[in-house]
Amino acid sequence: MKRFFHQLGSPKHFYRIAGRWIPWLGLACVLFLLAGLYQGLVVAPTDYQQGDSYRIMFVHVPAAWMSLFIYVVMAAAGAIGLIWHMKLAEVVAIASAPIGASFTFLALVTGSIWGKPMWGAWWVWDARLTSELILLFLYLGVIALHNAVEDKRTAARATSILAIVGVVNIPIIHYSVEWWNTLHQGPTVTKFDAPSIDMRMLIPLLLMAVAFKLFYATVLLMRARVEVLERERNTRWVRELVSQS
Amino acid sequence: MNLNEFLHMGGYAAYVWSSYGLAAVVLAANVLAPMRQRRRLLRRLAQRERRARRNP
Repeated sequence: MKRFFHQLGSPKHFYRIAGRWIPWLGLACVLFLLAGLYQGLVVAPTDYQQGDSYRIMFVHVPAAWMSLFIYVVMAAAGAIGLIWHMKLAEVVAIASAPIGASFTFLALVTGSIWGKPMWGAWWVWDARLTSELILLFLYLGVIALHNAVEDKRTAARATSILAIVGVVNIPIIHYSVEWWNTLHQGPTVTKFDAPSIDMRMLIPLLLMAVAFKLFYATVLLMRARVEVLERERNTRWVRELVSQS
Repeated sequence: MNLNEFLHMGGYAAYVWSSYGLAAVVLAANVLAPMRQRRRLLRRLAQRERRARRNP
């Protein structure tokens, strides 16, 4: 086990191991996605208040969860990179940023599409929506800062600090529906008593959430592999790999 | 339930299907972007390798 982690820390072995995991993670993701889509679009009953429009939830809510989850992973990886100078953590942090940004974008736009028929407006400046929009800007800031700094390691340090500072936004987003009076509905799944949601609706939601997590793992490894290859471009193993291909 | 009814989504077809369509686009872009970057990088590194071999 210790040897496994030590090897994972070495870029060469990470590249090899990640390459082996990607197809399996991708396959698992597709299976969960298909099951979630079937359960969500076919099996789950029509909502008595929102009709079939509520089915947007099965992409909107997992996307919103991922937008927060990926941010925390990015900031944690950034912190590990800062403290222990672990290169692989820096790679994970910067590879997470565009994925997180795209999930935040997806959550915002699907929320907007859901808001139009339910609230009568595409957008309202309410606490939940505004704090999620700030999250998108934080991701974009991290990406822009990383691209602006030439040296990869300096760039990683700068972006990690920005990502860590931005973590204050995460609890604000999470509790925004409780702290402020908002149009956005309150939590229905993570309430500590029994979740106030029908089982036939909860199952597809959880399947989609797992599918999105697996998706993140898959594309994170894909991006991290490219980043490792670029950072290690002057080492022997990369030059050998290039000559062989 | 027939197919028409399913596609109709109780009158919310435009909202539901545009959401799922956008999700499909975002997921596909996330898979294609690293594949393209990898291809480009490998091509660039291979060029560099060839040049280095020609004039050592």
